[in-house]
Parts: sequence; C-alpha cells; structure tokens
Amino acid sequence: MDFGLSEEQELLQETLRDFVARECPPARVRERFEADGAHDPALWSAMAEVGLCGLCLPEDCGGAQLELLDLALAAEVLGEGGVPGPFLGHALAGLALLHAGSEEQRWRWLPRLASGEAIGSVALAEPDSAWEPERWAARLLEGRVGGAKRLVPHAAVADLIVVGLAGGGMALVERGAEGLSVEPFAGVDGTRDLAGLCLDAVPAEALPGGSEAWPRLRDAGLVLLAADSFGSAWKLIRDTIDYLGTRRQFGTPLVQFQSVKHQLADLATELEPARSLYWYAAHAFDHIPAEAERSAALAKAHITDRALHVAREVLELHGGIGFTWECDVHLWYKRAMWNRAFLGGPDHHRERCARLAGW
Amino acid sequence: MDLSFGPEHERFREEVREFLAEHWPAGDGGPPPGAGQEASFRALAIERGYVYRRIPRRYGGSEQPADPLREDILRREFFAAGAPLGIPGVGPAMLVPTLLEHGSEEQREEFVAPTLRGEIRWCQGYSEPGSGSDLASLQTRAEPDGDEWVVNGHKIWTSSAHLADWMFGLFRTEPGEPRHAGISYLLLPMRQPGVEVRPLRQMTGTAEFNEVFFDDARTPLRNIVGRRGQGWKVSRTTLVHERNMIGDPARVQNLFSDLVELARGARLGGRPALEDGGVRRRLVELEGYVRAQQYSGYRQLSATAHGREDRTRLPTLMNKLYTTELVKRLLEFGYDLIDSDESLAAPDENDARARLARSANYPGGWTTQYLYAHGASIAGGSPNIQRNIIGERGLGLPRDLRQTP
Ligand SMILES: Cc1cc2nc3c(=O)[nH]c(=O)nc-3n(C[C@H](O)[C@H](O)[C@H](O)COP(=O)(O)OP(=O)(O)OC[C@H]3O[C@@H](n4cnc5c(N)ncnc54)[C@H](O)[C@@H]3O)c2cc1C
Repeated sequence: MDFGLSEEQELLQETLRDFVARECPPARVRERFEADGAHDPALWSAMAEVGLCGLCLPEDCGGAQLELLDLALAAEVLGEGGVPGPFLGHALAGLALLHAGSEEQRWRWLPRLASGEAIGSVALAEPDSAWEPERWAARLLEGRVGGAKRLVPHAAVADLIVVGLAGGGMALVERGAEGLSVEPFAGVDGTRDLAGLCLDAVPAEALPGGSEAWPRLRDAGLVLLAADSFGSAWKLIRDTIDYLGTRRQFGTPLVQFQSVKHQLADLATELEPARSLYWYAAHAFDHIPAEAERSAALAKAHITDRALHVAREVLELHGGIGFTWECDVHLWYKRAMWNRAFLGGPDHHRERCARLAGW
Repeated sequence: MDLSFGPEHERFREEVREFLAEHWPAGDGGPPPGAGQEASFRALAIERGYVYRRIPRRYGGSEQPADPLREDILRREFFAAGAPLGIPGVGPAMLVPTLLEHGSEEQREEFVAPTLRGEIRWCQGYSEPGSGSDLASLQTRAEPDGDEWVVNGHKIWTSSAHLADWMFGLFRTEPGEPRHAGISYLLLPMRQPGVEVRPLRQMTGTAEFNEVFFDDARTPLRNIVGRRGQGWKVSRTTLVHERNMIGDPARVQNLFSDLVELARGARLGGRPALEDGGVRRRLVELEGYVRAQQYSGYRQLSATAHGREDRTRLPTLMNKLYTTELVKRLLEFGYDLIDSDESLAAPDENDARARLARSANYPGGWTTQYLYAHGASIAGGSPNIQRNIIGERGLGLPRDLRQTP
C-alpha cells in the first residue's frame, strides 16, 4: 500500500511550481484575463517546452507517457497559478486520439499535439446543458459533420477539434474547415476562452473507437477539473492568509482575530482531505476500472463545490478590496466557477453517482 | 501509487479473518460472550500478535514490529467482526502509552499488565469546573506529606469515574511556579475515603461521566509519572492518543452505509426516500466527505508506513474536527430521514448498544447517536480548540490575543 506521491511526482509538481512562478506570475494571468483572448502563444510554447502538452501521450510520439494522476498533479499546479490557455481541451483532445484514433490518425496528430505545435480542443456541450452523448444531436454523415456545439474551449485557436456525436462517437474537425464557424462566447473566466461552433456539413473524419472512448474522456476531464479547482482553492486560502497577515485594523493584523483564524481553519479543513479524492479518482482511472467512473464524478462534484465555496468566503475576508476588479481573488473565483460548470455541475454528477451505486 | 496491501498483507488479513471466525464467540450473531470467554479470546489474540502490538511482552503486550498496515487490517477486521481489540477505555489507550514513554520501571510493572487485562480500570482526571479548554489553569492541589501526596479539589466530566479503580490526572504540585510548570501527572486510587464520585446525568439521560471530589485523598509519592512539574509535558502523549482514538475512519464509513440503508427503508411522500432527488444528492454530497476522509486516511497510513509523517502533518491535525463534524452531519441527515413521530421518542436510557454501537440502524439508534455525537465533539478538545490548533500549527496563523502567559 502506498497512497502517496512518488519522488518523481513530487518533483514534477515542484518543477511546475517553479515554472509557473517564473513564466506566469499573477500579473501575466491578469493580463490574459483582461485581454481579448486568453491564449498566449509565448506562454504556450514555454509550457510545451517543459512537456506540459504531452504528459500522457506515448513516448514515441514525443510525450512523457505518464498516467492521469501525473496529468492531474500538473492541473493542480496550473489551477494554483491560474494559468491561462488551452491546456484542458488540449489534454482531452490528445486522450481522445490516443484512446479512439486509428493508428494512422494517431501518428498524424499525436506528435504535433505532444510538441504543442498543434493545439487541440473538444466540442461536447449542446444547448440545455447537454453534456452527454444521449442528449447530443451532432451527426456525421458521409464524411461531413452537422450540428451546433457550445462552450468549446479555445476553439478560435485550435488546430484540431474533437467533436462529440449523438449517441457516442467522435469526429475530428480541422481548423478552418469549410462550413465551420466559430462564435465567441463571452465567458466569465478570462483564463479559458469559450466559443460556440456551427457545423454546417463540415468535412470530418470519424475516430473509430469514439463510442467506447467517450467515458474515458469524460472521466479524465472530470478529474482534471477537480484537480485544477483544488489547486485554485488552496491558492486562494494561502493568499488570504498572506493578505490578512499584513492588513491591519484595530491596531493589529486581521489574521490575529480568532474568528478569521477559525474561518480559515474551517475552509482548509474542508478542502485539504479532498486532495485524496482527486488522487484516488486519477489512480482509479488507470488502475481500478470498476471505480473509475464513479470516483471521477464524486471528486468533480465535491471538489469543485468546495472550491467555489472557498472563493466566495475568501472574497469577503478581503473586505472591500475583495469586491474590486483590481483584486486578484475574482480571477481564481471565476476559474472555480468555470471548473464547477464545465462538463456538468455538481448536481448532475451527484445524480450519476447515485445511479451508479444502484440507489 | 499502489492501493493494494500486497500478498503478504492479504495473507495476514485472511489469517486474521480465520482466527476471528474460529475464536470470537459472538461471530455469526451469537450471544454476547461472558467475561471469561472474552479474557481467553484476548489471551489468544495477544499470543498471536494481534492485540497490544506496540507493548513489550514482559508487560503483557505482544511486542510486534511497527507495521501500520497490519494494524489497519486488524482494526478493520476486528471492527467488522464486532470483536474487541483489547480492553476498551482510557487505561489501555491512553495511560499505557504514557507509562511506556514516561513511567518508571516499577510503575510499568505494577500497572501495565493488569490494565491490559482489564483488572485495573482507569479514569482520566484532567478537567475541572474552572479549567476545561484552558486546562493549564487547573487548581486541584497535591501536596507531599510524608511518603504520600495529599490531594484536595474537584475534577469534573470524568468519564467512567464511577467504575474506575484508579485515576490518572493532572494536579497542581508547585503552586509558586508558572501555570504549566506547576503541574504533575499522578496516579491515584479511587476507592478510598478521601474520594467522592457523584454521577452527572447527561442530556442523553444516562450518567457516564461524573464529578470527583478530593478531600485529603492520598496516593504514595512514587505514583508520580515523570518528575514534579513535568505533568503538562507528560500529558501531551496522552492527548495525542485521545485525538487518534476519536478520529477512527471505520466508524464513519459504517455510519454512512447505515445511512444509505436507512434511506432505502424510509419513505418520503409514499415512495422510498432513496428515490427522491434531493435525498440522493444529499447522500452523495455527504459521501464526498466520507470518501475524502477515507482516502486521506490511506494517505496518512502510507505516509506513516514509509516514515514520511512530515508529508501528512496538516491532514493529521484536521482529523478530529473533520471526523466529529462529519459524524454530526451524517447523524443530522439520519435524524431527518427517520419517521418524524419516531424522532419524538425519548432515547432509551438502558440502551447500552447506543454507546457501543457499531451501527445506528436499530430502533432508537439514530436519535440516541444524534445526541451522543456532541460528546465526542466536545471531549478531548472542543471544535474551536481544534480550529485553533489547525490554524496555528497547521496554517501558521498567530496565537490568540490573550492575557494569560
Ligand atoms: C462526553 C464527555 C466526556 C468527557 N470525559 C472527560 C474525561 O474523562 N476526563 C476529563 O478530564 N475531561 C473529560 N471531558 C471534558 C472535556 O475535555 C471538556 O469538556 C472540554 O475540554 C471543554 O472544556 P469545558 O467543558 O470546560 O468547556 P469550556 O472550556 O468552558 O468551553 C466552552 C465553549 O467555549 C469555547 N472555547 C473555549 N476556549 C476557547 C478559545 N480559546 N477560543 C475559542 N473558543 C473557546 C469551546 O469551544 C466551547 O465551545 C469530557 C467531556 C465530554 C463532553
């Protein structure tokens, strides 16, 4: 029994923390948050250089061939840093190709995805918060896909989009394909762009293993969102401790007041043990197939809920400044909103958990 | 990361299961065993190295090499079989480790073995009417007189004092010294004229804790653990054991399974409650907390097994608060689910199961445990004290503003 991180995994997180501190300090997060698009090509190539674009992709395609847990550990650090850009959709597109692509499709795309030269994304949601294939309408007919997708991360810069099809399958659509229009969506989180896709008989190719791979893709996504939220929430708690250690009222730093200390202790106590929840779900993804689906749903519902709660509490712990645009809290707050809603909200996944338990 | 226990430990688990099936008389829902049967079961379990593992053989333990995984397997398997892992209570769980760490050789010889056999029963005399959370302000005095300590004062909330043969406790022996430095850790016989035990009736209706009055009570000078004025330090060992005792994850997982069963049986608007969307969501929401605690337990367990406790210091500090708050939440939901007429029934004062219960799922169980949950939450450091510990030692926040040194 060893439910802990290996030395390599600890090193991975340490290295990434240094990387984020160097390449993506809060000022850069804010710059992207306020800019027109969150994608920053220079940051993206720096991320590619440290291997972030192909952590789970095969070594012979230039990836690191690690497990979902490693990818999730990276997502936690990116959440801490509020790192803007297409990491999540890119990682999911890579996994879709890896698990559902033909030999030829993998060779064509995975090396370019692993190197970061091509950016991937996934087009899943359809109107009415439809996040499952049973409720999708997009169809592939004679090499052309038709339909409408919502909330596609970084669609405008993606070279490759994996489109979820009604009932399960997946299709690949390339950037600039005929009949494809991208409609920017004014999203709440300025660190991850979203767009709608209108697919009017767009040339596309099917991923042969699409239907079987869908659950894997969804579970991986849920774990990564949980991990990102976990990192975001801890970052907010730490920053709040720092801020209230310097902000003085009544002649003393505010952190000296017990009610403040207790509020912080409660937030940390609700959050910290949940780290193991995302570890477990990530581990189950690769090693305990029978529990993969349910543990991913449970981790996503629980952690993204906790994280948004943390964000709402610490905002007020900052006082008036916390309510300003200028204070960084809202950047991570909105990231927590995004993570909580993307791929379906907590209620949705809790109901799935109940069904999966046979309740 | 590897969540399997490995073949060696799985063999061990099998061995423990077979042992329990063969030797625990109350397996298979048989009648509760008598004291004699329990004693011979215990002797056998010690012989096998299952019980009292960290205690040397010469003091009545089974002296096994430290192995947190085996200990976890034993806790779970004995718990599942309803078999006691040694004598319950503060004697074996708290006093014995303290004596092993700080006691003299004579003290260990005199007290450890009979305590482990249940022949000496103990109570813990820390709290006083004026000194609860602020324990170091305690006033009950012990003064040397010839070859004895003479004790005067008043302890309160003393669990099982009415059943105990001895008390271990904290007493002020150096009145001139600053608060912490004036306290000694003494062992004191309860059955003597200078000790009066008055039961305190709890809001549960039962009386498991007491007031203890000392009026020139006596104990030999040699019954001090550690040196004079070191009692505070000595008592820290015991407090650590107490917090670990309260934070047991097996209990929470059991309670959660009970809750699911309750929801399955209960009816809401003419249908099984488990079919109600709100009930389902609330259950899974609670399960998020339950699993987080369970896996965080695995994490702490592996860290301990690999000598890396430094990695899990923070979640370990959180165990008591997290667990008692979670248990309260689980019981609140159970209380909501039971029939509302039933929820009006007074808890059965003779319900001994409520105290020992591994399960809340029997008539009256939910209400009784709902009330009892406050006990574990307050005892051993109330929630606010835990928040201070987590904030100060875990998050590095400053100590409270206060007058006392
Ligand atoms: C079921 C049960 C069994 C017990 N068994 C034993 C036993 O066997 N032996 C024994 O010695 N004791 C025992 N106790 C006593 C227990 O340890 C104390 O009740 C506990 O430490 C709290 O002390 P108090 O009751 O004096 O509460 P107080 O210290 O008066 O606290 C009252 C309230 O104030 C809050 N508070 C106190 N200090 C602070 C602070 N600094 N900051 C913020 N809030 C604060 C507390 O959280 C609490 O809510 C038992 C208690 C219970 C409920």
